Amino acid sequence: MHIDKDLVAASATPLVLAILAEGESYGYAILKRVRALSGGELEWTDGMLYPLLHRLDRLGYVTTEWRTPREGRRRKYYVITHRGRAALADQQRQWVTITRALNDVWPGSDVLLTALGEA
Amino acid sequence: MESVESQIAEWRAYVAEAPGVNGRDVDELEDHLRYQIAELNAAGLTADEAFLVAVKRMGDLDDLSREFAREHSGRLWKQLVLRGGDEPARASSGWLETIVFAVAAAVVVQVARLAADFPDEEPSWLARNLSLFVLPFLAGYFARRRQLEIRQWLPTAAPFALAALVVNLYPWGADSATEDLVALHLPVVLWFAVAYPYMDGTVRSHERRMDFVRFTGEWFIYYVLIALGGGVLMGLTAAILEPTGVDPELIAEWVLPSGAAGAVIVAAWLVESKQRVVENMAPVLTMLFTPLFAVMLAGAAVVYAVTGLGGAFDRELLGTFDALLLVVLGLVLYGMSARDPSESPDWMDRIQLVAVVSALVLDVMVLGAMIARIGDLGFTPNRTAALGLNIVLLLNLAGAAWLAARFLTGRSRLHRLERWQTAYLPVFALWAAAVVVILPPLFAFD
Repeated sequence: MHIDKDLVAASATPLVLAILAEGESYGYAILKRVRALSGGELEWTDGMLYPLLHRLDRLGYVTTEWRTPREGRRRKYYVITHRGRAALADQQRQWVTITRALNDVWPGSDVLLTALGEA
Repeated sequence: MESVESQIAEWRAYVAEAPGVNGRDVDELEDHLRYQIAELNAAGLTADEAFLVAVKRMGDLDDLSREFAREHSGRLWKQLVLRGGDEPARASSGWLETIVFAVAAAVVVQVARLAADFPDEEPSWLARNLSLFVLPFLAGYFARRRQLEIRQWLPTAAPFALAALVVNLYPWGADSATEDLVALHLPVVLWFAVAYPYMDGTVRSHERRMDFVRFTGEWFIYYVLIALGGGVLMGLTAAILEPTGVDPELIAEWVLPSGAAGAVIVAAWLVESKQRVVENMAPVLTMLFTPLFAVMLAGAAVVYAVTGLGGAFDRELLGTFDALLLVVLGLVLYGMSARDPSESPDWMDRIQLVAVVSALVLDVMVLGAMIARIGDLGFTPNRTAALGLNIVLLLNLAGAAWLAARFLTGRSRLHRLERWQTAYLPVFALWAAAVVVILPPLFAFD
């Protein structure tokens, strides 16, 4: 299934914030998590994740730290902040509203809301 | 694996060339690439195949670079390629319009000088109008360079027209102190008016305001360099012409005013087109002088506080301290604009905080002395202007110190500090405008 580019872009921020809300992470792991969550349907260009992460950093939604794990290379970790969680909650409200609206005009399918766990 | 290592190194060098991407970003991207390669290897691909797939997944470098550039527009300022994405940078072009505007400013200043018969006569209209002879050309230069739309011409021209009316229609008294204050504050007002065409009208954008701060700092450096070179040139010319009987004074009278006016435009052009040159120099200069000023300010603050000299500020010293505080503010502002916001706090930020706090202490003492003087002797135009400036500075420094301390202790982001400064810029502009427009009638143009 092809997912529209605008939709991919719009969902990127809440997705990344939600993944970071599960715990601190770094670029590659975030991308793997996105693939796993969408069953491989959400195709991101790998590189584009980083400008997005940097924007979240500038907005104060995440903090960053360079760390060198014992076995490996220096790596940049991202940790969600209080403001990031607030932004995530706000995004969630918006997406629920949109999902509910779509659900109402698509008769006979409760798929969306069930998936959201918000029926 | 040997060949993959060299391929990665080549890829790395290639990515590092892209505008908007800095060394840290490349580290991060390389880490990603290596993970991807390792995983593809584990899935059975050969090293070469894994490398190719990983690079392909990373995406088109042009798109990536543009995305990075958009996010870090401060870095992009270096390359000047963001406008319109594919539009080529117009670095070398534009020298002709530069010369036209520079010559126009030079001629106008020269005509004004002849009309005033300076330096034999020193009519006061010359001093209060001086910035009006030069800065409109700078605004016009940017209006042309940025290709402003017609509806943007009015807001560009209005401040200059209003300023010209105000300073020439007010009925100035003889030896008027408010007139001197106007001569001092009008250049500041008009410099902020230049910001409108410089920023292409997007005066609300904090990023563009920071660009303007950066421009101001770099313009100043270029202007000083041109002035130094011009001074040497004039000195040598005078020395060479002396045996021929030409009066060296004459050269200074004719060349200096026009040269100084034209250099305003030329320095702006240099900042715009020879960005990389000054960019390597400016951070070094800030790094050199911020610690020196910090030591000097801290020393002065301690000495004045301990010896109680703070109460005895006289008029001369007050002026000196105001100038000093402005220089510190300029250094801090410029240092901030040249800094990479994604870096974590380092020793330079601590030194800046020392400078800001010392300046704050000094400013409080200056303010105390000033209020005491006003209490004793009452308000005069000079005292009012100085008092206002110090209050404006005090608020700025206090906010900056508070946010810088929070940034250093990790409780706030550098972004907040930048926002504070860029949001504060209009306060400076408004204060200077108030001194030009409101103060003279308040004191009956005395």
